Order: sequence, then structure tokens, then C-alpha cells
Amino acid sequence: MQLETGRIVEQRSGAGVYRRLVVDAPAIAPRVRPGQFVHVRLPAPADALLRRPFSVFKTGGGRLEILYKPVGRGTEAMRALAAGDAVSLLGPLGNGFPPCPADADAVLVAGGYGMAALYLQARDGAARPGTVFAGGKTKDDILCAGDFAALGWTVRPATEDGSLGERGLVTDALRRWLAGEGAASRPAFYACGPNGMLKAVGEIAIAAGRPAWLSIDRHMGCGVGACLTCVQKIRAPDGGWMWQRVCREGPVFECRQVVWEDESP
Amino acid sequence: MTPDLSVSLGPLRLRNPVLVASGTFGYGPEYADLVDLSRLGAIVVKGIRLDPTAGNPPPRTVEVASGLINAIGLQNPGVDGFVRDYLPFLRRHDVPVVVNIWGRTVDEYAEVAGRFDAVEGIAALEVNVSCPNIKEGSRAFGTNPEMFRRVLDAVRARTRLPMIPKLAPNVPDIAAFARDAERAGADAVSLINSMPAMAIDIETRRPRLGHVTGGLTGPAIRPIAVRCVWEAARAVRIPVIGMGGIMTAADAVEMMIAGASAVAVGTANFVNPLASIEVIDGLRDYLARHGLASPRDLTGSLRT
Repeated sequence: MQLETGRIVEQRSGAGVYRRLVVDAPAIAPRVRPGQFVHVRLPAPADALLRRPFSVFKTGGGRLEILYKPVGRGTEAMRALAAGDAVSLLGPLGNGFPPCPADADAVLVAGGYGMAALYLQARDGAARPGTVFAGGKTKDDILCAGDFAALGWTVRPATEDGSLGERGLVTDALRRWLAGEGAASRPAFYACGPNGMLKAVGEIAIAAGRPAWLSIDRHMGCGVGACLTCVQKIRAPDGGWMWQRVCREGPVFECRQVVWEDESP
Repeated sequence: MTPDLSVSLGPLRLRNPVLVASGTFGYGPEYADLVDLSRLGAIVVKGIRLDPTAGNPPPRTVEVASGLINAIGLQNPGVDGFVRDYLPFLRRHDVPVVVNIWGRTVDEYAEVAGRFDAVEGIAALEVNVSCPNIKEGSRAFGTNPEMFRRVLDAVRARTRLPMIPKLAPNVPDIAAFARDAERAGADAVSLINSMPAMAIDIETRRPRLGHVTGGLTGPAIRPIAVRCVWEAARAVRIPVIGMGGIMTAADAVEMMIAGASAVAVGTANFVNPLASIEVIDGLRDYLARHGLASPRDLTGSLRT
């Protein structure tokens, strides 16, 4: 973990309302493993105190790139960052994804900008290209498909309105693939997206007897494990459950460890 | 002249008057990659009770204007878990460890105090009578004078460690609580704890915290803390440890001018992990710039 003042290299629009921020951060960027995140101190807005966590999308040449959607006063303030501006980063944080075993076929499942958390796994975490299921409400939610395709991965989009790829939920597209074209594969799943999607990916993996590593997004405070804000119920050795910190023990948990809110352990 | 930052809080000798506040620094390892723990005046660890406690359901914190409302619910590993899993790490570092203790009953406070009395490597006990997040009467300990005195008498009877009650800000006369603490044999008082608070999502009309209400911390409460420190410090001879929204050395200096002999950095740690170190360095610079030899020369130096 490092605390570093990064310099904004560029900020530009991505698909739809999403934005890409490239930061020169030579201490942190080379240390980032797939699935880890950085905690960004916001510029200026005097009354918004806390840092904001972002998955690291790409790294290279001492720079890191994050993908974000302005949704609140913190991320709105980030739009004002311009080339040359300084920004305080804390990272890399979290455990990240384990590498895909050599005898498994990597299958990535993303909802919206969950794609950002999976790119490094595609680039560095798998010995050979696999399949990316990219879901969203509409085609503007299918992000950076070209970046995955450039690595040789097969991108299978699914949108709820049918504007791109299969119509419906990405997890339904995944189920159809597993029953058909992907039936002979030995998948290892790596997923990032809304909780409902993650839970469904976990159920699919358990039914298939295969591992699924889920990157969980929780409202976060300090990012290092001190404030105990971002807790998730995790199965305990005694058969019950315990809170674990998404920022420290996570954000990636194997699906069999996770106790979802609507179930008992 | 380089100022000597060391201070005494009753029997407690600290290399400088800057602590990290309970609940904002974990149990030490969380920030150890970034912060040289041996530079801190002391670490006040997150509140410990007798048995492990799971804490509240999320959402546990919500950011508000210039502050943070928390309702963690005092998640903690219990006395035995702390001593087994966390204390050995802290003891490897040259930093005084102040243990924040709490209970659901007077007897539990006393039991926890007694257990820590027998443990090596603990510098003092901060008695958390004022956390707003415990339902079963803990708030009453901090705001009801009779309960407050009973807890402190019970703790005092069970430990020789320095006893530092942590006072609630939501009382009509905080000086009276400080005086009661002094009479009960407290070696210092720390204040303020978080301020009871609430936030609502107006679209869903649901509370923003799983626990509905919580405690407000951060710069939003600092002027309240400064006033409380001023009132308490004038009322007692024991030292006051001031806290509440300290983000910078200037904030710490203000708290000391109001009467604090030491300060604790809390919510600022979440924003800037080096905040406590910057406060120590900035305090030294301030003292030097004003020709003051010791933080003692600053404490209670308000000109009225």
C-alpha cells in the first residue's frame, strides 16, 4: 500500500456518460494486481470528506486508468480534473483475483462498469484468452469491449433492451452459453457487477461445480480496514457467518464464501 | 529552539500530545504500511468489550456535509480476541496502547477493566461511556450523571491503569461530567465522542444507516468540541484530551488553546492516513514559530 500524489495525464469521455481518467502514478501503478483498487481523494469540494474507491482498469508505463460514472457530488467533482492536476491516491488496495488455473477456461462476467475491474484479469490473470460476458441495460452500458477484443477475448454482450447483443440479463446469456456452445468448457468465473448479478453467477458456478470469484462493491470508508464500513457476511468455519471487510479481505470472494443478505448461512 | 513535544497526562508519559482516536485506526496493522507507529503519542484502539461483538448491519456510515455519521455498532473481537490476535502486533511497536473499553452493564465495564489490569503492555484505559450506537443503555451511561458515576466507580475499583473517561457532547453541562470524572479518580478525560445524528434518503424515505441513527464525526463537529473542551478544562485539574474533527495542526492548536493537554486525530485518518504525523510536525512548527518550549505552554492559553 502506497500513498502517492498522482498527476492527471488525461480525462476523456468513454461510452455514454462514462469517463476515463488516466493518472501518472509510478509508485502505485506497477504494483496493481488484477481486481485491486485505488482510493482517490477528491479535488476541492470542501464538504465531501471521504476518498472514493475505483477499480484499476488498466496499468502501464507508470500510469493507471480508471473508468467512472459521475453519480454523486464526489464523482461529479472528478469531472473537473484536467491534465497536470494533482490527485492523492491510496493503493493498490484489496486482495484482487487469483490467476486462472492453467486447466480452466477463464470466463469473465461484467455488469456495467464492472468491466473495468476485469480487464487486468483478462490481460494478466489468464494464460490464454477466454470469454467475456458483458451486461447492461442498454448498449451505452457495454464498456471497453474493444479493449478485451484486442487481447483476443471473445466478447458476448447482453442488454436488457436488446440494443446490443443478446436481449436480457447477462446471467441468462451465460446460462444459455453453458448449456450450448460452452458446454464442453471447464470454466473458472471472475465477475464484477451488481449484487444480484454476482449472486446469480455464484449460483451458476455452484450448479456447475466450478469456482467463481466475485468482486463485491460496497459503500466504503477508509479503504484500509480501519473503519469497518464495507462489511460483507462471509461464511464462518463454525457454520455461521462473520463480517469481513470488502476493502481488506476482499473485494474478491469465492462465491461459496458469500452469505447474501436474503439467505441464512 | 526546538520545542520538546513530550507531555504527561497524569501518570501517562507521551512523546508528543497527538493520539489517534478510537475507531479510526483499527488495531494498528491497518495503517502500519504508511504510518510509523512509533511516532504517535499513543494509539487508542477500537472499543473492546468482554465478548466478541458482530456490530450493526450495513450501511454503517454515511458521508454528510463536512462529516461522517457512523453506526458501526462497536464490532470488536472481545478482550481475549484482542489480547491474542492484536496486542502482540502493537507491543512490537514502540507506542503506548490505550484500550477503549465498554460494556452493556456496569458489571461488564468493571469486568473488562479488571481483565485488562492483568495484561502487560497497556498504557491506559479509555472508558467509552458515550458511544451513541449501543441500544442497551450505553447512551445513558454517558448522559445520565448517576449511571456515569456508577460506571467510573466500578472501573476505578478494578484497575490501577490510568482511567480516561470519554465524555459525550450531548449533555447540558459537560463540565459537570468532567468534575464527576475527576472525583471518581479519573486520570484524564477525553472529549468529545461523536454527536448523535441521522440522515434520510428522501427518494426512498429510508434512513441512510442500517441502525437508523448514528454518531456524527469530522470537521462538522469541531466547533462543538472546542467549546466542550474549553468548558471541561476550566472545571477540572486533570488533563483534557481534545478530539472532534481535527484535520490539521491548526485544528489541534485551536483545541489546545481551548484547554486540551493532548489531542486525538480521528476521522481525518480515513481521508489522509498521514494526518496524525502532519499534526505532530505542524504542532512542533507552530510552537517554534511562537517561541513556546512545550505544548504545556499552549494548553488553556486562550486570551479572553
